[in-house]
Amino acid sequence: MSLTTLPLLQQFVLVLAALVLFTSFVLLSQARLVSAIHAFAWQGGLAAAVTTVVAAAGGSTHLYFSALLTFALKAVLIPWMLHRLIRRLELERYVESLRWPALANMAAVVLVIFSYWLVLPMVQQELAFTRNIVAISLAVVLIGLWMMVVRQQAVAQVLGFMSMENGLFLAAVSATAGMPLVVELGVAFDVLVAMVLFGVFFFQIRQSIDSLDVDRLNRLTETAEEEAAGAEFDATPRRSQPTAARPAAMAEGE
Amino acid sequence: MNALLVTLLAPVAGALALAVLRPLRWSGWVNTAVSALTFAASAALAWQVAEAGEVAGYSFRVDAFNVYLVVLTAFVGLTTSIFSRPYMRHVCETGMTTERGMRIYHAMYQAFMFTMLLALTTDNLGVLWVAVEGATLATVLLVSLYRTAEAVEAAWKYFVLCGVGIALALFGTVLTYFAAQQVVADPAAGLTWSILFAQAGDLEPSVMGLAFVFLLVGYGTKVGLVPMHQWLPDAHSEGPTPMSAVLSGLLLNVALYAVVRLKMLVDGSLAATASPHMAGQLLMGFGLVSFLVAGLFLHRQRDIKRMFSYSSIEHMGLMTFAFGLGGPLATFGALLHMLVHSLTKSAIFITVGHAAHIAGTQTIDKIRGLIRTQPAVGWSLLLGVAAIAGFPPFGVFTSEFLLLTATMQSQPWLTVALLSGLAIAFAGLFRHLHPMVYGPAPEGQGPVRANMLPVLIHLGLVLWLGLSIPAFLAGWLDRATQLITGAHLL
Repeated sequence: MSLTTLPLLQQFVLVLAALVLFTSFVLLSQARLVSAIHAFAWQGGLAAAVTTVVAAAGGSTHLYFSALLTFALKAVLIPWMLHRLIRRLELERYVESLRWPALANMAAVVLVIFSYWLVLPMVQQELAFTRNIVAISLAVVLIGLWMMVVRQQAVAQVLGFMSMENGLFLAAVSATAGMPLVVELGVAFDVLVAMVLFGVFFFQIRQSIDSLDVDRLNRLTETAEEEAAGAEFDATPRRSQPTAARPAAMAEGE
Repeated sequence: MNALLVTLLAPVAGALALAVLRPLRWSGWVNTAVSALTFAASAALAWQVAEAGEVAGYSFRVDAFNVYLVVLTAFVGLTTSIFSRPYMRHVCETGMTTERGMRIYHAMYQAFMFTMLLALTTDNLGVLWVAVEGATLATVLLVSLYRTAEAVEAAWKYFVLCGVGIALALFGTVLTYFAAQQVVADPAAGLTWSILFAQAGDLEPSVMGLAFVFLLVGYGTKVGLVPMHQWLPDAHSEGPTPMSAVLSGLLLNVALYAVVRLKMLVDGSLAATASPHMAGQLLMGFGLVSFLVAGLFLHRQRDIKRMFSYSSIEHMGLMTFAFGLGGPLATFGALLHMLVHSLTKSAIFITVGHAAHIAGTQTIDKIRGLIRTQPAVGWSLLLGVAAIAGFPPFGVFTSEFLLLTATMQSQPWLTVALLSGLAIAFAGLFRHLHPMVYGPAPEGQGPVRANMLPVLIHLGLVLWLGLSIPAFLAGWLDRATQLITGAHLL
């Protein structure tokens, strides 16, 4: 497939989409939280730009609206909320120590190749354009997922989650010229509510483990031995204690 | 149409009202009243569907398949709200949660009911996605309601895993929409299930195949299929008990419903290709693995709610397997199994809530002598577990028997796996159950005030379904079977 034969606007969309993918890599390896949030804001802005260009190319007016919605939500509101949260959590200067950053990046490259391989069967669809864009957005989704795996910090995981949403949005806009409006609004609403809830959880997690390193959330396990130890030695109860103490009080209350 | 509107709007109004309602004494009653109204409206809706065949309009569509799930959802919602009123009041009185927590609980209970009913009744795959994601958002704060370190961990796990899973499902939905655009003229109708189903044969198979993998992984996370099940035992064991009852009884069903609807599309699209049963085979694989793995995990559990959540995974695996098997008999059995499993499992969770009250702990090793202490709770637990393990004369036996028969017809060698899985699960449940209900009661263990009415109703219904399935219900399930497989069973 020769990309040069595509209409100019479609080529422009591809360039922007590639930049979105690039910001995914930036997000993945950015250890400073504040900078990572900025990278995420850029990604949201680029996704909105893609939407605008697709709207201009296809002449569908409702896409302008969703471009505006994306810009407001992904490039302004959510980064602002995250900024406020990390200020309140006093994490502005937090730098996460990444484990094997080079390996994580290499794996992300593999994910991009895998995405292209996955869409290969879509040959009958005449479009080199669509295939590219679906592959890129799938790669953004998978890198977001990968980011949630390799990063231990809760805020960084949320950034990964939100960049997955960006990838999904990119797919919806560029492969299908946007989902029906009611769906788009519903998804935006869900994302916003999810962000608010994530904020609530940052505080709950910090309250319970005194840090936002979610690797330390490891009380619930399948290993029976550990739980048995907790049940036997009442001096160091692991998980049976809180649930045990409270219903007991409940039963007495009756 | 009016009945449908009331069914959907009653929970919304309830959620809004309960979010601001001050005197806590009333919240429980209002919650029950709203659930009763929802149930009455859903019954009226079922009546309309029975007369007209289907109720459709404004991108909603209720047919034989989803109407019985709507009624089931509203019914379990009602009985659980009856149970939850005194239960949650005790929780609040003992200081496990604050007044604010109680308001969140009641509002989110109704919000959750709304998302479930919306997911079931909508005809739009995008709205279905929004509703299923909404169900996670509504319940995630409830899982962390008690604010213990474990509860927060469980809620975070639930949030992140289901969020990621459901994001993959959205990618599948986008791909479906992409395939639809080559076929359906009106882009706005490209996600309407009924239109897609009518033209399923024209949908591009390679795209739909890829889409289904994402959709299955996505919604499968919510069904609790192994290996995406990690959130389920945690969320069930750490959340408040009424929440465990509705999560197990309703949410898993709705997610499976979504998978089956999408399988119908993919089957139509792949019919002419080299691998026409790809979707079914995937379901069978995931289902069988979940069924066997969960059965084995049952043996290792130390927390009673955790144990029963593994039993839920096991049964969801069985249903997924049956829907994957296809054919009228297996599908009829799976539909019936959805019904009886929901009723039995929510009854069990309600009983478990009382049992944990009596013993003052959820640790299995410390729950002893329930029958001596409070016969009603002990016997309910025993009968509930007997029902869920598939003993005759309960309804679960009937549906599992149908499933085994169907398996023997089409994939005889898999019957061995199913039977051994059932035996493993049976052993796992009973080795824990036996010391809990029989034997002497520990010192100082006394009965608690328990409202066993919901449990009695549920188990009674399951018993009734085991003895004789009423003709209208059989006809209903048969019409749903015809819708899914294209052939009648009866």
